[in-house]
Amino acid sequence: MSVLLLLVVIAVLAVAGYVLCRQRAMASVQGNPRGLHSLPVYYGWHGAIMVLLPALAGLALWLLIQPMVIESRISAQLPPEMVADGSSRELVMTDVRRVAGGLDTAVAVGAMTEQEAGMIRTEFTNVRDRLASVGVALGSNVSPAVLAAAQDYRVMASYGTMGRSVLALLLAIGGLAYAVMATTKDFRARNRVESVVLGLLIAASSIAILTTVGIVYSMLTETFNFFAQYPWQDFFFSLTWSPNFRGGSDLGIIPLIWGTMYISLVSMIVSVPVGLFAAIYLAEYASKRTRSWVKPLIEIIAGIPTVVFGLFALVTVGPLLRDYFAEPLGLGNSGSSVMTAGLVIGILNIPFISSLSDDIINSVPQSMRDGSLGLGATKSETIRQVVLPAALPGPV
Amino acid sequence: MTDATASGMAVPAGRPKSSLLAQTALMKKRNASEARFKFYGVAAIVLSLSVLAFMLWTILNDGVSAFFQAKLSFPLELTAETLDPEGNRNRDEMARVTTIGYGRVLTTAFATELEKRGIAVEGVSEKDISDMISKDAAGDLRATVLANPQMVGTTIDATVLATGRIDGYLKGRVTMETAERDSNVTPQQLQLADALRDAGILGSSFNWDFITSPDASDQRPEAAGLGVAIMGSAYMMLLVLITCVPIGVAASIYLEEFAPKNTWTDAIEVNISNLAAVPSIVFGILGLAIFINFAGMPQSSSLVGALVLSLMTLPTIIIATRASIKAVPPSIRDAALGIGASKMQTVFHHVLPLAMPGILTGTILGLASALGETAPLLLIGMVAFVDNYPAASVAGVLDPATALPVQVYGWAQRADPAFIERSSGAIIILLIFLVAMNVLAILLRRRFERRW
Repeated sequence: MSVLLLLVVIAVLAVAGYVLCRQRAMASVQGNPRGLHSLPVYYGWHGAIMVLLPALAGLALWLLIQPMVIESRISAQLPPEMVADGSSRELVMTDVRRVAGGLDTAVAVGAMTEQEAGMIRTEFTNVRDRLASVGVALGSNVSPAVLAAAQDYRVMASYGTMGRSVLALLLAIGGLAYAVMATTKDFRARNRVESVVLGLLIAASSIAILTTVGIVYSMLTETFNFFAQYPWQDFFFSLTWSPNFRGGSDLGIIPLIWGTMYISLVSMIVSVPVGLFAAIYLAEYASKRTRSWVKPLIEIIAGIPTVVFGLFALVTVGPLLRDYFAEPLGLGNSGSSVMTAGLVIGILNIPFISSLSDDIINSVPQSMRDGSLGLGATKSETIRQVVLPAALPGPV
Repeated sequence: MTDATASGMAVPAGRPKSSLLAQTALMKKRNASEARFKFYGVAAIVLSLSVLAFMLWTILNDGVSAFFQAKLSFPLELTAETLDPEGNRNRDEMARVTTIGYGRVLTTAFATELEKRGIAVEGVSEKDISDMISKDAAGDLRATVLANPQMVGTTIDATVLATGRIDGYLKGRVTMETAERDSNVTPQQLQLADALRDAGILGSSFNWDFITSPDASDQRPEAAGLGVAIMGSAYMMLLVLITCVPIGVAASIYLEEFAPKNTWTDAIEVNISNLAAVPSIVFGILGLAIFINFAGMPQSSSLVGALVLSLMTLPTIIIATRASIKAVPPSIRDAALGIGASKMQTVFHHVLPLAMPGILTGTILGLASALGETAPLLLIGMVAFVDNYPAASVAGVLDPATALPVQVYGWAQRADPAFIERSSGAIIILLIFLVAMNVLAILLRRRFERRW
């Protein structure tokens, strides 16, 4: 039974659970809902949840564990001499999976019968050609051991599929039976349903933590992989960055860090004054009408996808700087300079700087402005000497 | 009284008499600096807005022409000898004729038409003439003929794509001077193109294929389209909507209404605000390591893309949802609790419906930012060249696809300048979608916003 079909069956059972439990609850009070502990719908939902929850959890666990179990058992069966000659267990397993997948495809399109796929031997047939005829390309000829492993793989996978269906259906039916048995007029269905819903809410909010764990995990594993292949001293202290597909790359991080910092510096030089002055003007000088028009317009910059700025830099800013600035001054002839990147990223950052500064300038109390203006300071003096010093810790 | 004291006061010695109406030097300086300061503010705003306008203008300027395409139309005789040597109109037999055969038919028909109309330019070889027809045309013709074998032997009015250079000539990108230096086109071909345009064979028309057809290879910019990218983006947005909204709303409800003040809640809160600040490319690495390498999902599928984008959008949606739940006044909750609703009923029957407009607006804005995201999708392989549409069924989410911003990036990488035009055209489509989503969000906010 495919997973999709299984899900449909479970959904049907859940609907049945809803209807059955609701009916049973109503029957237990002779159709008078006032005798029930909870509203009738809660009994129905309880039935549906009791079908769905265990069955789906079981299914998910099975889907997660089955490949691992099969992989480890097949890979344990592989003869050690196959793994020895320059390839790794992983690579052989990839072959096994591909051959197994190829046999599946062959059976699915009807080029092989199920028995044939199980009995086929490399001694009698060219498996590679047979699979190629159904559109599965294999890199090399299939060795007998890989084919045998692939056939074992398929057998185990088919047992697994059967076990999965049986388990999920058993859990669903068991849940249904339990819910129907539990449904009496005194059963606290609402409390049960609400605690399940609360559990789901908690689970949903824990996804943020899972994501962080995932990010940390992926970063750490990839980092370990990388440093297993490349010495960390070279990575942190080498001054050349020249990746090479054929190997022998020089991967010193320092040029990249330097480039990033240089570009950030240029972008700050562009975005901070512009953003800050824009924010000051909008907060202190602009009329309400101007403000309501200009502020959203500046925020449009923040809503434009970054790739658009990339194309703008590549097609317009880069050549412009090269032709009218760098080349006449003899500063270089590259269209993709630090200046280009810094300028465009600076423009990209204007709305962030300006909306941040705007918020903070607005949070400076009006009384401070009034005091300064009352002492005879001009508006710009007030801003420079009173408002900004009070607001400055914010944007920094 | 006041006058008396004033007149009695001695003017301090050593200080020049001054009037409020006449500015002192210091005051002039201060006022000038005030005016300067104000000018800086105006200049900053004018600068940022004019850069924005300039950028949009260059994109529009480069991109609008992608929606128009040079096409050649001429009568095309589908010669039976070449296309169906057996003469049985049997599709399987005809499939043996490759695109080269169809290319020859096209070239012959085109050359015959030129001869018949007496259009000739000195120095144009036969190969030059055949090179003016897009390399994509033969494949298209083959597909059309194989779909309808009875066409063989008839003469149809064919409209085929001209090559990218001829297209560029009509749009002003390619000129006689650039053609001198270009190995892909000769000035004579351009003269011929002029003659063809005068004869009405070569014309430019709206390019629906740009929106519907899949990507094409480096040599055929004229055939490249956004079909797969638009479908991929649509699939991803749909999946992001399906996964992100329930999870985001559930998480916000828990954090805003139920969460007790404890370490776990604090951990969740800190995590959410941290995730909102994580650079998007990190989510790409997460997707590569967890969804592709660990869970074994297919590369460059819209499913993986959508999962990555969901995780990225989730903090945005949670923050927006929490704000709008918080905006529902406590009196609503108190009233519901007071007449005997449970906490869960209060939230789901009263608070959530009232918070819905805000949630919707936040969701649309989150989706809009996900739609324009490029970096994480590059890492999970969505930048690959995808020639086939993803299937329209549920399983289609596992098929390879690309996304609009990634297509922009991919085309900008290519050598042929015709792809810059395509890239800008793709940006126009992307911006149209973004503007539509933002306008929808603003309208929803205007329509449903409630001030308590």
